[in-house]
Amino acid sequence: MSNTWPLWEVFIRSKQGIHHKHVGSLHAPDEEVAIENARDVYTRRQEGVSIWVVESKNITASNPEDSDAFYEPAKDKIYRHPTFYDLPDELKHI
Amino acid sequence: MKENLLLDYLLQLGDNALVLGQRLAEWCGHGPILEQDMAITNISLDLFGQTRNLFQYAAKVEGKGRTEDNLAFLRDAIQFKNVLLVELPNGDFGRTIVKQFLYDAYNFLNYTALLNSTDKQLAAIAEKSLKEVTYHLRFSSEWMIRLGDGTAESHQRMQTALDDLWMYTGELFEMSEVEKELVKTGVAVDLEKLKSDWSKKVREICDEATLKVPENGWMQKGGKTGVHTENLGFLLADMQYLQRAYPGQQW
Amino acid sequence: MKEADLEQKFQDKIDAEIRIEPRDWMPEKYRKTLIRQISQHAHSEIVGMLPEGNWISRAPSLKRKVGLIAKVQDEAGHGLYLYSAAETLGIDRDTMFQQLNSGKAKYSSIFNYPTITWADIGAIGWLVDGAAIMNQVPLCRCSYGPYARAMVRVCKEESFHQRQGFEILMTLMNGSQEQKDMAQNAIDRWWWPSMMMFGPTDDDSPNTVQSMKWKIKRYTNDELRQKFVDVCVDQAKVLGITLPDPDLKWNEERGHYDFGKINWDEFWNVVKGNGPCNKQRLKTRNEAYDNGKWVREAAMAYSEKRAARKAAGKVA
Repeated sequence: MSNTWPLWEVFIRSKQGIHHKHVGSLHAPDEEVAIENARDVYTRRQEGVSIWVVESKNITASNPEDSDAFYEPAKDKIYRHPTFYDLPDELKHI
Repeated sequence: MKENLLLDYLLQLGDNALVLGQRLAEWCGHGPILEQDMAITNISLDLFGQTRNLFQYAAKVEGKGRTEDNLAFLRDAIQFKNVLLVELPNGDFGRTIVKQFLYDAYNFLNYTALLNSTDKQLAAIAEKSLKEVTYHLRFSSEWMIRLGDGTAESHQRMQTALDDLWMYTGELFEMSEVEKELVKTGVAVDLEKLKSDWSKKVREICDEATLKVPENGWMQKGGKTGVHTENLGFLLADMQYLQRAYPGQQW
Repeated sequence: MKEADLEQKFQDKIDAEIRIEPRDWMPEKYRKTLIRQISQHAHSEIVGMLPEGNWISRAPSLKRKVGLIAKVQDEAGHGLYLYSAAETLGIDRDTMFQQLNSGKAKYSSIFNYPTITWADIGAIGWLVDGAAIMNQVPLCRCSYGPYARAMVRVCKEESFHQRQGFEILMTLMNGSQEQKDMAQNAIDRWWWPSMMMFGPTDDDSPNTVQSMKWKIKRYTNDELRQKFVDVCVDQAKVLGITLPDPDLKWNEERGHYDFGKINWDEFWNVVKGNGPCNKQRLKTRNEAYDNGKWVREAAMAYSEKRAARKAAGKVA
């Protein structure tokens, strides 16, 4: 009989209006306990308003070896960033 | 006179929280897994927080300059008014959960009823405490189910604990003289009215946990009048040692 | 890519202060060093709960009690964060626990000393946590991402621990003669073991060079120890407490305090298992683990049953 609990990744929304952010991991037998444990482990100092948990084995990650192919192309597409555009300083609210 | 009644009632509520918190804190560093260690400790911290709120208010009601610490550390066993259930030794993790669940189910109903107390300060303490106790009940209910309906071994351990502890549940609904008086003015909770809801909750969770609810037989009582089990003396000796050994010091 | 090229690329990243993440290529020795260091660190947090946990039931006021419980609970949390960081390197927590429980893994020797009086809780907070913070702050910039992030969290939470310890001692030093004696006695016993927490001297710590090159470590043991001494001397003055080292004096030339000789014989003996509480600590950890086995099993069994029931329900 197994007495080791699977690993879960924990994501916390620290306040309304922002993304959930990965904060760490923990062990739990299932998703209900994982949520409760996340509350007890990662929100002891009122760090969150919402918790996500996902079993670590269910996460698919990109391969770091592919990182050039994945992320390099974005590097020269600076037109996606607002600072690419030169606008007069007196222009406000844009 | 009325003040003394209220003081006694607050001490009774506070002693329950204090003694149970002290018991739960024994798990800190010894839990079955880190995550559960932290969970149990959180409940213990909540209970000490409730103790402090209740004792600070009690000290104020008494008005004789005693502090929360005087009330916690300088009374002897016969002056403690907690129910026997909370002073019993933890036993294994399962027994701790059963004890906690039986108490949480009561405590949740008690604080819910206290929201309507005519004593505004007490109602405010109840409101804050209820948020915590709601979580305690959820936690202990879940672990009743998990351990009751887990393995053959865990089931056996939980059933034995439930059978052993059952005779301490009657006292939860036993009205002390103080309570009877304070119910008349709407300060205290009429425990008789909580009993059927408590039984319903216990039955519901035990059913899901595949545990058999024991028959009501002889019930132990005495805590509310200061007649305790032998366990409380040791618990207090440990807890009060520094205050007793070095009287009157700041810490 | 060839091994040597990979290694060069790896070192370049480290030199450029780019963090290494779990799925990145890393030299096997880097992985092993980190697993050892992080798991030892985690074990230290978990074993460290015990000497202080001793005093939870006896804490002298309700305020001190909740402060101490919260602190010991934080240590459980820190252990948990650190075990999680180690797990990203391909070792599971249960294996690490077994290494600890069998006596194979090491943890900080300081926790093999007994807590005899309440003042020890103050001394641990001030000196032991003080030394730990000295060690840990640079680890927030460790080259391995998950370790560095765990340490950021740990350091953030740790800050109240040392203050709590200092305040406990301060209160005792402002109290009765008995309380003052209690505080001084605790410092007499905890000072030297705290000095040993930084590990052997630099000449005697062969792994330091490589760990610094890999930016797992940012300062040497002796550098950190010196910082610790310099800070403590001034704080001891505020407390009005005496550090038990007659050789402690300001060295104008070095701009640091000189200090006496550390008893390394004692240090190595405690590391080897001969400390006053080594056996007791391991026994306690083993009992907690063994007594919890049926709980962990039952929770797993229930989860599996429930998942099976859910699946059956869907089919039907």
